Amino acid sequence: MISIKDLTKVFKTKDQDVLAVDKLNLSIDKGEIYGVIGYSGAGKSTFIRLLNRLEEPTSGEIELNDQNLTGLSKSKLRVARQEIGMIFQHFNLLWSRTVFDNIAFPLEIAGVPKQKRESRVNELIDLVGLSGRGKSYPSQLSGGQKQRVGIARALANNPKVLLCDEATSALDPETTDSILDLLVDINEKLGLTIVLITHEMHVIRKICHRVAVMESGKVVESGDVLDVFLHPKEKVTKRFVDQVMGDPDRENSLDVINENYRAGEVIQLHFVGENTNQALISDVSRRFAVNVNILHGKITQTQKGAYGTMLVQIDGEETEVKQAIAYMKTTSVEVEVSPDV
Amino acid sequence: MFEQLFPNVEMEDMVEATNETLYMTSVSVAGTFILGLVLGLLLYLSGPGGIWQNKPLNWVTAAFVNVFRAIPFIILILLLFPFTDFLMGTIRGPGAALPALIIGGAPFYARLVEIALKEVDKGVIEAAKSMGARNRTIIFKVLLPESMPALISGITVTAIALISYTAVAGVIGAGGLGDFAYFYGFQRRAFDVVAFCTILIIIIVFVFQFIGDFLSRKLDKR
Repeated sequence: MISIKDLTKVFKTKDQDVLAVDKLNLSIDKGEIYGVIGYSGAGKSTFIRLLNRLEEPTSGEIELNDQNLTGLSKSKLRVARQEIGMIFQHFNLLWSRTVFDNIAFPLEIAGVPKQKRESRVNELIDLVGLSGRGKSYPSQLSGGQKQRVGIARALANNPKVLLCDEATSALDPETTDSILDLLVDINEKLGLTIVLITHEMHVIRKICHRVAVMESGKVVESGDVLDVFLHPKEKVTKRFVDQVMGDPDRENSLDVINENYRAGEVIQLHFVGENTNQALISDVSRRFAVNVNILHGKITQTQKGAYGTMLVQIDGEETEVKQAIAYMKTTSVEVEVSPDV
Repeated sequence: MFEQLFPNVEMEDMVEATNETLYMTSVSVAGTFILGLVLGLLLYLSGPGGIWQNKPLNWVTAAFVNVFRAIPFIILILLLFPFTDFLMGTIRGPGAALPALIIGGAPFYARLVEIALKEVDKGVIEAAKSMGARNRTIIFKVLLPESMPALISGITVTAIALISYTAVAGVIGAGGLGDFAYFYGFQRRAFDVVAFCTILIIIIVFVFQFIGDFLSRKLDKR
C-alpha cells in the first residue's frame, strides 16, 4: 500500500542543516492502522507531512498504491492528494464556512457537481455523528466536534489513506477516546488505511495494529503493537510503554516487595492476547501446594488483544514452588523469576 | 433657527458639494479596494513563504507601495497632472481627482491587506493544499474569505482617509465639501459655511464607519 524508501528531509537554516528525517524505510499495509510514535523533535511531524508532500523530501521515495508520489509533477500531485485525506491537531477548519461548506470544500476542489456534493456531505455528516449541525459555524462547536468535521472533510473524496497529524493531541481524554473510536469505525467500515503520528502511547495502544517508534529522524523499533508492548527493546520504547502500563513508583515498590516478601519466590507474569483469559492463578494454586499472593497487576486492551503484567509471590515448600513455576512456564504466559526491573 | 445659525448656507449648493464628495469617495474607495487588494495579494503571495514566493516581484511591489505612500497627497495630485490629463481628458472637476485618490489610497490599503492576509491561519492554507487545491482556489476560497472582516475594516479606515483626501483635492477644483468650505466659506469669511461643511463631512465619515463596522461584524464568524 505505502512503501517508503530511504526517505530523507534536511531543513537548511542559516546556521546549520537540520536532519529531520533520516533515511527512513517503512511499509504500511492496506487497511491497517499504523502508528508512529515519538517525542517532539523526533521528526514524526515532518515524516507525515512528507507523505503527501506538504514538505518536499530531500531524497528518497514514497510509493502509494503503486504510484510513485515523489516523482509526480505539481499538477499530478494535486490530483493524487485528493486520494490522501489528512486531519490535523488544530483541525484547520475554515471559520468563514459552515460545517456543511467545510466538508463540501474538498469536493469543490475536486470539481464535484453541486447536487452530488450535497448528498455526499449529508452522508458524511451522518457518518461522523454530526447530524443537525450542518449549518453551525466551527466556532460554535466543541473540540471533538471540530475534529469530526475535520474527519468528514478528509473523507469527502473517498481517499485511500488517512493521515492523522496528532489528531487527538488537543483534545481531552474522553473526547480523544470518542475520536479514536470513530477512526476505528471508519477503518473497519471503509477499509481505509490510517497512518497516525502521536506522542501518546494510549492512542497507539487503543487503535493501532502496528507501530513504529521514531527517535532523531529514524525508526528505532517497529512491529505489531502487542510485540512492541511486550518486548520493548529500545529505551525510548520502554518509556512509551510505561506511559500506559507504567507505575511511576514501580522500582520503589519492587524494593518494598522484595523487602516484605522474603518467603518463596516473587515472579512477574506477562499475559498476551488470549491467555489473559486463562485462570492461571487459581489453576496453579489448585495443582500445587502453594499460596499465590498477588502483589501488583494491570491488564490493558489493545487493538490486537489484551496485554498485562502481574507480580505474584509464590510461597510453599521449595520443590512445590519450583514445580509450580516450571508448570507456568509451559503455558503461553511468560514468566520472569525475581524480576529486577 | 437654521437661518440664524447658518445665514450663508444655501442648501442647493450644499447638496451639490455633498454629491461631489460622495461621488469621489465611492468611486475612489471602489478603485482603491481593487487595486489595493491586487497589490496586497502580490505583497503577501510573493513574500517569504508565500505560494508565489519571488524576491524580485516582492521587491518591486514593495518599492511601488512605499514610494507612493511616502508622497504627500497634495504633491501626488500635482505630480499626476499629466497622467490625469491623459487618462480622464481633463484636469478639473471631481473626475480629475480620482486617479490621484486611487493611487494615493491603494498603497496604504495594500499594506492593510497584507497584514490581514498574514493573519490567516497557515494551517488552513496547508489543509487546502493537502486537499489538492490550486493556488487560485487558495486565494479566492481560503485567503480572501478568511480575511474578509479585516479586509473590510481596512477599507473602512482607508475610506475615511480618502474622504479627507477629497477635501484636499479641492486645489485642482475637484469640487466637493472641502473645496466648497475653502472657496465659499473661508475666503468669503462665511464661517458658518465652513462649520456646516464640517458637520456634513463628519456625518459622512460616521456613516462609512458604521457600515464598515456592521459588515465586518456580520462577516466574522469566529
